[in-house]
Amino acid sequence: MEILANLIDGFFIAFEPLNLGLMVVGVVVGLFIGAMPGLGSVNGVAILLPMTFLVPPTSAIIFLAAIYYGAMYGGAISSIMLGIPGASTAVATTFDGRPLALKGEADKALIAAAVASFVGGTISIILFTLFAPPLADWALAFGDHELFALMMMAFATFVGLSGDDIPKTLFSICIGLVLSSVGLDIMSGEPRLVFFDIIGFMHGINFLVLAIGIYGIGEMLWTIESTRGEPSMSKAKISVDRIVSNLKEVSGTWVTALMASFVGFFVGILPAAGATPGSLMSYGFAKTYSKTPEEFGKGKVDGVVAPEAANNAASTGAMLPMLTLGIPGSPTTAILLGGMVIWGLVPGPMLFIEQEEFVWGLIASLYAANLFAAVINIGFIPMFLWMLKMPFTILAPGIFVLCIIGGFAPTQSMHDVWLMFGFGVAGYLMRKLDYPLAPAVLAIVLGPLAEPSLRQSLLISNGDITAFFTRPISGTFMAFAIFLLLLPIIKAVRARMVGNSSQ
Amino acid sequence: MKRAELVMILLMAAFSAYLMWKSAELPVGWVENEGPGGGAWPFWLAGIMLGTSVWSLVRWSRGISLPSQSDQPFMDEFALSSFLKVAVPLGIALGLIHFIGIYFSIPIFMIYYMRFLGKHTWPLTLSISIGTPIVTFFFFDIALRIVLPKGYTEPLFYPLYDMFL
Repeated sequence: MEILANLIDGFFIAFEPLNLGLMVVGVVVGLFIGAMPGLGSVNGVAILLPMTFLVPPTSAIIFLAAIYYGAMYGGAISSIMLGIPGASTAVATTFDGRPLALKGEADKALIAAAVASFVGGTISIILFTLFAPPLADWALAFGDHELFALMMMAFATFVGLSGDDIPKTLFSICIGLVLSSVGLDIMSGEPRLVFFDIIGFMHGINFLVLAIGIYGIGEMLWTIESTRGEPSMSKAKISVDRIVSNLKEVSGTWVTALMASFVGFFVGILPAAGATPGSLMSYGFAKTYSKTPEEFGKGKVDGVVAPEAANNAASTGAMLPMLTLGIPGSPTTAILLGGMVIWGLVPGPMLFIEQEEFVWGLIASLYAANLFAAVINIGFIPMFLWMLKMPFTILAPGIFVLCIIGGFAPTQSMHDVWLMFGFGVAGYLMRKLDYPLAPAVLAIVLGPLAEPSLRQSLLISNGDITAFFTRPISGTFMAFAIFLLLLPIIKAVRARMVGNSSQ
Repeated sequence: MKRAELVMILLMAAFSAYLMWKSAELPVGWVENEGPGGGAWPFWLAGIMLGTSVWSLVRWSRGISLPSQSDQPFMDEFALSSFLKVAVPLGIALGLIHFIGIYFSIPIFMIYYMRFLGKHTWPLTLSISIGTPIVTFFFFDIALRIVLPKGYTEPLFYPLYDMFL
């Protein structure tokens, strides 16, 4: 009952005129960002975070969460209409969305995507509301050992589950952590890693500099290279009659939507997994358990419903560890977490006690943003189709300008803008060589929390590393972390054994 | 791709070694009553970076990693030309900020991009590239009180400051 009372209080906060306005603007901006090929929620949130300094933290996070939500809806639009995923989270949506559009049923695919996103969003927010308070309660008991072990587990998920090149993933995690340690050493107060004695490094490297560099500049360079030539757009016929008949057909897929929402939510909680694998997994499940699996890939509505329900559910899932444990579940939530630090909040379970307004305002706003996103998405389909025709050469310079200003605003130094530019170019080149960059962004956000917790815990246990393994909660996390780190080896050994036995 | 990966791995290995050396300016071992020294965290992490670079090198030499199997060029003609046409002018625009400030550098960059890369009409190009800095000024300099860099053009803004601040 306490949850319900808190939630009602949250709705009062979410429906304050400023917050309501920002929510609607955020959803529209998010839909737009998500619909543009190459740009997803993480790019939108990274580039627009500096714009939120104007409003109080609660309004700022409501705005950014609305962008996050909108982008998850929007990703489907270009997957269906252009056959190019609007964001990596909408890759699976192209499998059946594009064939539907080519059959002249683009409107059916678009409505299926919107309805599925709504179902996925709603179910996951309900799960979130139920799980978050007890999880935060439990996490209150965490000491430094547990906190560090938890972060180790978060990083280990990248090695065990992401499927990227393993040494390069480890490299990416470590470089993020090292970059976060530039500046003053918090414990001794001495300057460290001040490269070439440049004064700008004394105040450290703000996570936004890396995030905007990689997800703004680097992403744009990548998109310009990878979308050669103008893609061709399908036509969509839209009328009220067709919307109603489509809704009827979509409602027949509720089992798929329900299954995908649960899968998406729980996959989304894992830091390395998130919305992209969540949506691919749901697509796989939907196909496996379907009575007519051969129709998938040829334009089956279930094939649009499954990934879209899952990616929205996963984005809410990713917020669960971010808000309750202070460990982001996705790159986008990593940036939200970094934003919370900038706004002067301490992420972690204490938020539920000290910042009730912030937490419950955000949770309530998710319910509302989800509804707005669905309504705006369906209501303004023609407008989004028109916007998709906008040439990239108008959008790109605008985004570069936002990056420059966004790089300057948090610390107001040109040093950071140059650094951001450098990270962007380096990130683009490294991405081409298969270096994963999301772990680095997560690491630079978590670094300032991970280092003190390691040093404190070592100091408490007098340099005894075994304390991480003998304390029950921390030991469990560590065991999971080691399991995840060894997972690729286990898989390789099993693959070899299967290979041998089949010979 | 193959050569580019080798160059990147070697560069990153060298960078890791530099980071280790730089971290070692502070104590990297155990300090009595203080726990690990101030340089320990980045030092050992940079050590892991160096280790993973060696690991990548082994994978490269055995042809396990994806780029080492690819015979595609790292930057083909299209990639290189779009990189030069976008990243270099962006760098120049950043450099110009130090002299003529953000409010003159940005329109120049936008005009270049929209008119010469995008081949858009002059009215469209000009309206966006002049509109953007005006909106930016009111949002940042006035509403947020975040003063964006203006270089030598600062005096031109004095009347605007008087009017709005």
